Amino acid sequence: MMLAAPGPGIVVLFAWLSPSYALYFHIGETEKKCFIEEIPDETMVIGKYRTQLWDKQTGSFLPATPGLGMHVEIKDSDTKIILSRQYGSDGRFTFTSHTPGAHQICLHSNSTKMALFAGGKLRVHLDIQVGEHTNNYPEIAAKDKLTELQLRARQLLDQVEQIQKEQNYQQYREERFRMTSESTNQRVLWWSIAQTLILLTTGIWQMKHLKSFFEAKKLV
Amino acid sequence: MCSYHGTIRVLVQVLWAHLLCGWAFGSELTFELPDNAKQCFYEDIIIGTKCTLEFQVVTGGHYDVDCRLEDTDGTVLYKEMKKQYDSFTFTAAKNGTYKFCFSNEFSTFTHKTVYFDFQVGEDPPLFPNENRVTALTQMESACVSIHEALKSVIDYQTHFRLREAQGRSRAEDLNTRVAFWSIGEAFILLVVSISQVVLLRSFFSDRKTTTTRVGS
Repeated sequence: MMLAAPGPGIVVLFAWLSPSYALYFHIGETEKKCFIEEIPDETMVIGKYRTQLWDKQTGSFLPATPGLGMHVEIKDSDTKIILSRQYGSDGRFTFTSHTPGAHQICLHSNSTKMALFAGGKLRVHLDIQVGEHTNNYPEIAAKDKLTELQLRARQLLDQVEQIQKEQNYQQYREERFRMTSESTNQRVLWWSIAQTLILLTTGIWQMKHLKSFFEAKKLV
Repeated sequence: MCSYHGTIRVLVQVLWAHLLCGWAFGSELTFELPDNAKQCFYEDIIIGTKCTLEFQVVTGGHYDVDCRLEDTDGTVLYKEMKKQYDSFTFTAAKNGTYKFCFSNEFSTFTHKTVYFDFQVGEDPPLFPNENRVTALTQMESACVSIHEALKSVIDYQTHFRLREAQGRSRAEDLNTRVAFWSIGEAFILLVVSISQVVLLRSFFSDRKTTTTRVGS
């Protein structure tokens, strides 16, 4: 028992020391990368990122670079800024939406040192979790002292709550869609009538005007 | 001595949970792809992991994008041009960094918004069930199947939301286009009819001696 424990423990420890948030991409020095999250209201979003700088000397990415910061800006569906903050090379940002809609999460590097050392390449590991994925169940179980079954029920409740919120948001969007379609319908109707009237009016005016003109010229 | 064993075991369980969380991931992102641009994403995958890449174009142009998935050695696993929506499942045959790219290089002036969902492995279990030797009770297995069903409901909801966003963006485009062109056409109509009359008048006003032309 005692001999078996350190083995996987040590392996696990090394894995834990350099956490990797799945997906990564490359970003230029002053480049701004934006991601869109279309979410219902009162939904929590947690974003975690980790940056690595390209080292020209070793020809690889450095594991961690102090002094390199990322600026995170989050706008809601009305383009109002709800978060605009500077974070370090490893950061974690959280926000809760108060209006439903497409929220924009933008990241850009604020560092000017990059061009000097790196040739302008930065690797960003990103992980964005929305809604019920933000819940940390082992932590909740420990805090509220829940049994396994209670924790599973809690997870199901969170999922169903998320589905319900999404359905409400769907209703709101469907209404907007319907309003847009009805506005288009009205516009097509009224503008067609208006154009026909303009056509008839100008036709009649043209004929009358030309007739009086030719009569005045004694041609008719 | 027993409590020491116990704490070591709990520590290993917690660290194991972190390890599992490190290796089983799902990334779901929506990003904007400008015209003539290419965006690539990379992920380190272990051999034998079952992965799924799903993408959909939400707004922009003809709602199509080029997608390309390459493995560690650059072998192309999936390549499709001008696709609106697709889903591709594969099992990682090699350890290393897999790369997938979305390209809008064929488009000259339309920005596209692309959604993708890259699932790597299974979701981490709710508990670090290292000592799970007994089968799940009926209640627990019912909970697990409800959880899976709800996951697929959420997945369908996401796809529905994307299709609705697409439809709505087309409807809003149509609305502005109808307004713009209606006003434009009414204006052109007025301008053309007035200038027709003015032009016709100009033919006759300077030549008072061409009455014979009209008579013949």
